Amino acid sequence: MSKEDSIVIIDYGMGNLNSVKRKLHLLNINALVSSDINEVKSASKLILPGVGHFANAMKNLKDLGLIDILNQKVLVEKTPILGICLGMQIMAKKSEEGNCPGLGWFDADVVKFNMKDKLKYKIPQIGWNQIAIEKSSKLMHSIPDYSEFYFVHSFHFRCNNKIDILNTTDYELNFTSAVEKNNIFGVQYHPEKSHDVGLQMITNFITL
Amino acid sequence: MFRPRLIPVLLLKKDFLVKSVQFKKHQYIGDPINAVKIFNDLKADELVFLDIDASKEKRLISLDFVKDVGEEANMAFTVGGGIKSISDIRSIINAGAEKVIIGSAAYLNENFIKDAANTFGSSTISVCIDVKKNFWGTEKAWVMNGTKPIADDVVDFAKKMENFGAGEIIIQSIARDGMMNGYDIALVKKISENLTIPVVALGGAGKLSHLKDVYQQGYANGLAAGSFFVYHDENKGVLINYPKKEDLKKLK
Repeated sequence: MSKEDSIVIIDYGMGNLNSVKRKLHLLNINALVSSDINEVKSASKLILPGVGHFANAMKNLKDLGLIDILNQKVLVEKTPILGICLGMQIMAKKSEEGNCPGLGWFDADVVKFNMKDKLKYKIPQIGWNQIAIEKSSKLMHSIPDYSEFYFVHSFHFRCNNKIDILNTTDYELNFTSAVEKNNIFGVQYHPEKSHDVGLQMITNFITL
Repeated sequence: MFRPRLIPVLLLKKDFLVKSVQFKKHQYIGDPINAVKIFNDLKADELVFLDIDASKEKRLISLDFVKDVGEEANMAFTVGGGIKSISDIRSIINAGAEKVIIGSAAYLNENFIKDAANTFGSSTISVCIDVKKNFWGTEKAWVMNGTKPIADDVVDFAKKMENFGAGEIIIQSIARDGMMNGYDIALVKKISENLTIPVVALGGAGKLSHLKDVYQQGYANGLAAGSFFVYHDENKGVLINYPKKEDLKKLK
């Protein structure tokens, strides 16, 4: 990472950003936690975390005036961005949660888990689950296929464009647990809570 | 394949850690921040801190303490103790915790869980239900650190909390607390069968097979314990420990 690099963790009022920041700190990287348009503008990499309700997330981004600058950075300037959990989900076209449009960076929608075996498969899925790596990616460097990552979610990504699918995971059904398209990365799980493989993934993103 | 979380539950009394037996006989365990450092090295999934005197003393768990844990912990951690308002939750989350555990206030204020889930999202809100049999042998939920039984049936109360928006239910057996002779599997199963959200089992773990049993037979989705993680064995010599990764695979 060069000196000019500046990583911005986007703070849009959706959950605790402490753990992401702390993991970057362990890697000796001082990330900026910010919702300031100018700071987002000058970022060399963006992290979009998020826990909570899809419609609230979109509303907060809009209220903070961040949607246009995010589109500019990500779609025009091709700045690498990593969406985590809800931060991945809002990259889809729309979600059932609040019946709300998202950023639309992926041809995908977000739907609620609907389990047949309600005793075995509790919703939200909270815990460790394995990822199958569906295509080669710099984000997956040194991460073994079927590694365990930490998940917390009630809704899941449904990706219409197979080529965008980076990981899949089984939780009664097989769902898209990570996506990648050019400079845009999204993971449903929490690398910042997934110990060594998670730290490896964050390192991979930082050194892209 | 899904693997459940293993969650050490650490009890705070003043500013040190203790471990109880049936909510009584608190034994000194050590310094909480030192425990966090050890659990970091052991790569624990999650930690829970409960200030066991907070509700009784009508105060909130110390925010300075939560901040200290937040500075140190590499894993997500959850905090409980005297939480009874939206602003309490906000200050705890801002201090660095991932989730909060609500006990007494979930019963005392009907709207609290609804408001909390709407404000912070369900995945931030855990409700802990402490269960023991009353004088007539009926299972009851108890609040105020196990000193006051509530009128609702345990299953009904858990379902109500789910409907209000709780993200998970921690079901704790008071009779099994500190006994290290296995979880109350029937109790956990009864709750899990009636809910669609995750149920975390607490109370009674003494060895890894107990965790496996409550996961496979009780349909617990999170496996929480105190003694199991702070004692070497049933003789209760203090030794903070956590199963190795290979052993965790045996749970599935």
